[in-house]
Amino acid sequence: MTLDPLVLSRLQFAWVIAWHILLPALTVGLASYIALLEGIWFATGNEIWFRISGFWTRIFAVGFGMGVVSGVVMPFQFGTNWSRFSDATANIISPMLAYEGIMAFTLEAGFLGVMLFGRHLVPRWAHFSSAVLVALGTLFSTFWILVTNSWMQTPGGYRLVNGIFYPTSWREILFSASFPYRFMHTVAGFYVTTGFVVLGVAASLLWKGKSREESRLMLSMTLWLLTALVPLQIFLGDLQGLNTLHHQPAKLAAIEAHWNREARAPLTLFAIPDQQAETNRDAIEVPLLGSLILTHDVDGVVPGLKDYPRQDRAPVIIPFFAFRIMVGVGLLMLALVAAGLWLRWRRKLYNTGWFLEALKWATPLGFVAVVAGWTTTEVGRQPWTVYGVMRTAQSVTPSLTGSDVLISLLCYVTVYCVMFPAGLWLALRIVRGGVLPEEATPVEAGRPAAPVKPVPGEAA
Amino acid sequence: MIIFDFVPMWALILGLAVFFYVLLDGFDLGVGILYNFATTSADRNLLMNSIAPIWDGNETWLVLGGLGLLAAFPLAFAIILPAVYFPILVMLLALIFRGVAFEFRFRDAELRTFWDHAFGYGSVIATFAQGIVLGAFIQGFQVDGRHFSGSSFDCFTAFSLFTGLALVFGYGLLGSGWLILKTEGALQDQARRHARICFHGTLAAVGIVSLWTPFLDHDIEQRWFSWPDIGILAPVPSLTALFAVLEWRAIANPKAEFGPFLYAVLLFSLSYLGIAISLFPMIVPHHYSLWQAASSPDTQIFLGVGTLFLLPVILVYTGWSYWVFRGKVRADIGYH
Repeated sequence: MTLDPLVLSRLQFAWVIAWHILLPALTVGLASYIALLEGIWFATGNEIWFRISGFWTRIFAVGFGMGVVSGVVMPFQFGTNWSRFSDATANIISPMLAYEGIMAFTLEAGFLGVMLFGRHLVPRWAHFSSAVLVALGTLFSTFWILVTNSWMQTPGGYRLVNGIFYPTSWREILFSASFPYRFMHTVAGFYVTTGFVVLGVAASLLWKGKSREESRLMLSMTLWLLTALVPLQIFLGDLQGLNTLHHQPAKLAAIEAHWNREARAPLTLFAIPDQQAETNRDAIEVPLLGSLILTHDVDGVVPGLKDYPRQDRAPVIIPFFAFRIMVGVGLLMLALVAAGLWLRWRRKLYNTGWFLEALKWATPLGFVAVVAGWTTTEVGRQPWTVYGVMRTAQSVTPSLTGSDVLISLLCYVTVYCVMFPAGLWLALRIVRGGVLPEEATPVEAGRPAAPVKPVPGEAA
Repeated sequence: MIIFDFVPMWALILGLAVFFYVLLDGFDLGVGILYNFATTSADRNLLMNSIAPIWDGNETWLVLGGLGLLAAFPLAFAIILPAVYFPILVMLLALIFRGVAFEFRFRDAELRTFWDHAFGYGSVIATFAQGIVLGAFIQGFQVDGRHFSGSSFDCFTAFSLFTGLALVFGYGLLGSGWLILKTEGALQDQARRHARICFHGTLAAVGIVSLWTPFLDHDIEQRWFSWPDIGILAPVPSLTALFAVLEWRAIANPKAEFGPFLYAVLLFSLSYLGIAISLFPMIVPHHYSLWQAASSPDTQIFLGVGTLFLLPVILVYTGWSYWVFRGKVRADIGYH
């Protein structure tokens, strides 16, 4: 077997980005959540909010640190493994990535130090403002990364000269056809992910009888937020589906494993798509539902993969299953939120064992959905890096050999397999410690005269 | 339409971004290098806390430098990064270990020794890898059209391994200067001893690299050793010598707390300037100049507008976060 630098580079990119995306999925949501908590604390003066924000700030610190180091890896991938892509598209995508750096990365890093270590060095308004700015930084970051990604999915505002992209309209580049939908769907997804983490942690603390007052507040508040966010997210996902149908029909056909263009199409719930034979095996289908869901019209026409040459089709089986995992998780979340509403109405929210147990197990659900969704959209884009214009095979660095990339891939795999479990283990340890009482001793103004304990850690 | 040349501005911005990175992450990587020689757990706490609130801000300049190169000179980015594939890989992995060590070391008492090593060795290895990138860059790459056409192992040469070593001493000098500024008592005395060793190493390395590069490259020799350039450029080596003397005296003077860091920074500035003078106007040595590798003017304008507005803002709040954590590092602030 020969080692193909293209396949290995794709595996490497998938590996580093799949791990990396878990962290923004948590930190984007947590930053906003912490800012919200500190805002309520600043407005009401009730120290319980500051205690809760302190607790989540410590978890945020672990996630953010890992997000930074795994994020630093990402831009270098473009250069080391995808140099032809970089050379061709830099005129368009480089300002987006650079703006992410100068707007978001620096904003987060600049104020994170104050947020983590300055709880007792700066007055409360400054601390609240730092939390808001860090949250804003994470959202800027999401904005620019998704601008870049959306342009790769639905490119516009460019002209192509000798294989190099040149910008013709920044408005069309920034707000490409899929951007608004992708942005809303992703941010809502990150918020929901964080929401289920908060619910899971609150439930497990309640279960153990730790930090009762704080856990109840977290559980109640987050459940209300999710009652709005989960249905909203399903609605936004539907909008993005319509957008994909319109702008990337071949991708939609791959996601649905739909081979023949047809009206009144069925919905395939399950199947084993066979790329070679251009058909599905063991399919379970619901008549008419495909057209109804995908086009919002029973008579709507759903595109088929056979409309496109074989070399322009995505590897169907991956987006097909990834999409079904994402939707399945979404429905499960909806059921949990509905159960929460019902229990709240029956006034049994905090002491229903099975529900708390279910929330504990649901903690990682959001991450599963985020990775599945990202896989759907990215593998669905194949075989293109710039959809319909530049092929992935033409994007890879020409000087790389298979063994070069195999070495680097194995290195990334090894290091991430140490780092991520270690980070998870530490986050769990913070959770087990619960909310600490001394987390509520902010200074009123200026520097404290006497030494105080900032961000108390349980170690040392 | 007015044709305006944005390339010099971008060369300056990128040059500054990379320079900020070298200084800022330089001193905190330097603290990490010296961390290997700290003797007690309490000392290690103080060393780490002296940079804990600012290290990730410092590391953002690495991303800004990398993305700045992609944005302003994409052809250089697409040629240079594949050419230094393995040093970049090693640097990134070492930075991962050292970056997470901050949080992990303080929260993970059972594996503290492991994370101590992750931090200390990670800092040394990341620095060494950066030095290899620098050496390989000065030596130049094998290029075919718009691609790097050599092997991923070409970057490992005697020269680049030497610049790797040189940078370890250089960052060590910056780090010890920072520690003299941020610590007191026995720890400061130790930092001064380390500063002395790193100073000798750095001075020897700067001297050897300065003599080695003209032999590598006829153009560089011409630039420095032909009349009238030798007269115009004379202030660079002269000032380097002056700051070296001042640095030496500041390290030896127990009252000088800021001097060792300041003169180390100035020494770095001049070495950096020296490299820039050697290579200008090439961004891919021997192959592409800044102008040939530049991105489209539209791209440079679009990014330039925001950058010129945001860069001062970034400098102000970076300054603020340094201000909040000013003064000597104390055992009770930060991780413990």
